Amino acid sequence: MSDEKLVGIVLVSHSAEVAASVAELAKGLAGGATAVPVAPAGGTEGGGLGTSAELISAAAAAVDRGRGVAVLTDLGSAVLTVKALLAEGDELPDGTRLVDAPFVEGAVAAVVTASTGADLDAVEAAAAEAYTYRKV
Amino acid sequence: MLDADFFRRWVAATAASVDREAERLTALDSAIGDADHGSNMQRGFKAVTAALEKEAPETPGAILMLAGRQLISTVGGASGPLYGTLLRRTGKALGDAAEVTEAQLAEALRAGVEGVMVLGGAAPGDKTMVDALVPAVDALGDGFAAARTAAEEGALATVPLQARKGRASYLGERSIGHQDPGATSSALLIAGLAEASGE
Repeated sequence: MSDEKLVGIVLVSHSAEVAASVAELAKGLAGGATAVPVAPAGGTEGGGLGTSAELISAAAAAVDRGRGVAVLTDLGSAVLTVKALLAEGDELPDGTRLVDAPFVEGAVAAVVTASTGADLDAVEAAAAEAYTYRKV
Repeated sequence: MLDADFFRRWVAATAASVDREAERLTALDSAIGDADHGSNMQRGFKAVTAALEKEAPETPGAILMLAGRQLISTVGGASGPLYGTLLRRTGKALGDAAEVTEAQLAEALRAGVEGVMVLGGAAPGDKTMVDALVPAVDALGDGFAAARTAAEEGALATVPLQARKGRASYLGERSIGHQDPGATSSALLIAGLAEASGE
């Protein structure tokens, strides 16, 4: 398992603290999923609220193991920046995908699924399915 | 014909007006957004100016591609990828020609505006930059001054609209009565064209 190549996960939030905390939460709730490469890309490079294309590119490169990278975002510029980078073609590793999922629940589902060695399609499906999880 | 110098003047004129109007853009954004549009655009165009000086791209297309890349990287808000896409799509459509006609620029800008609409999912009437850009592109056939007027009128016409995209859309009816900051900065970009042309 330790030699297995896993799908990487990037968590993009307007806030550095939110991105880092959700990464920690998802890994923690995933139990033995510490092998899953997860990287937060939160806030601007200056430490403010916003989105940094550079931090996103660096995070995606850091978690890329050659099996694809699932990117989860919060809203607004986080979504648009990832889409713009994907449209550029050479800014993100091959097989990087913006996953349409709720940020916290989707991150947990993505990390747990990735820990099983599942491929990017399965990780994306699990994260997206988190939308159907009703609380009331 | 429009040469690389024209495009450098366009970007410089826009950077100067964004700098001049930054406080107003932020004030508009504090009414219905998160109060950072002026400073974000200012930071973005400062980076654009520095990058153009350093890398000295030589064709209209290359100038817009580089400017767009800088905006995507440095703005930090949704306007970064949106304006970045606008300039990069426009630049890409211009190819590597050393000079382009006004008609070619109009056609390329239309491709750029379509790129913005696809990326942001906005249509005319949603109270976004599209409300200034679409009328401007439609008016370009009558010259840059006509495009500037159309963009400014388009930006003003966002006042009675209810926002349907972006953070302002969460405000619902309370977004009515405020001019959209993105449409306002879009009008500055189009005014930069008129300034570069001397119209």
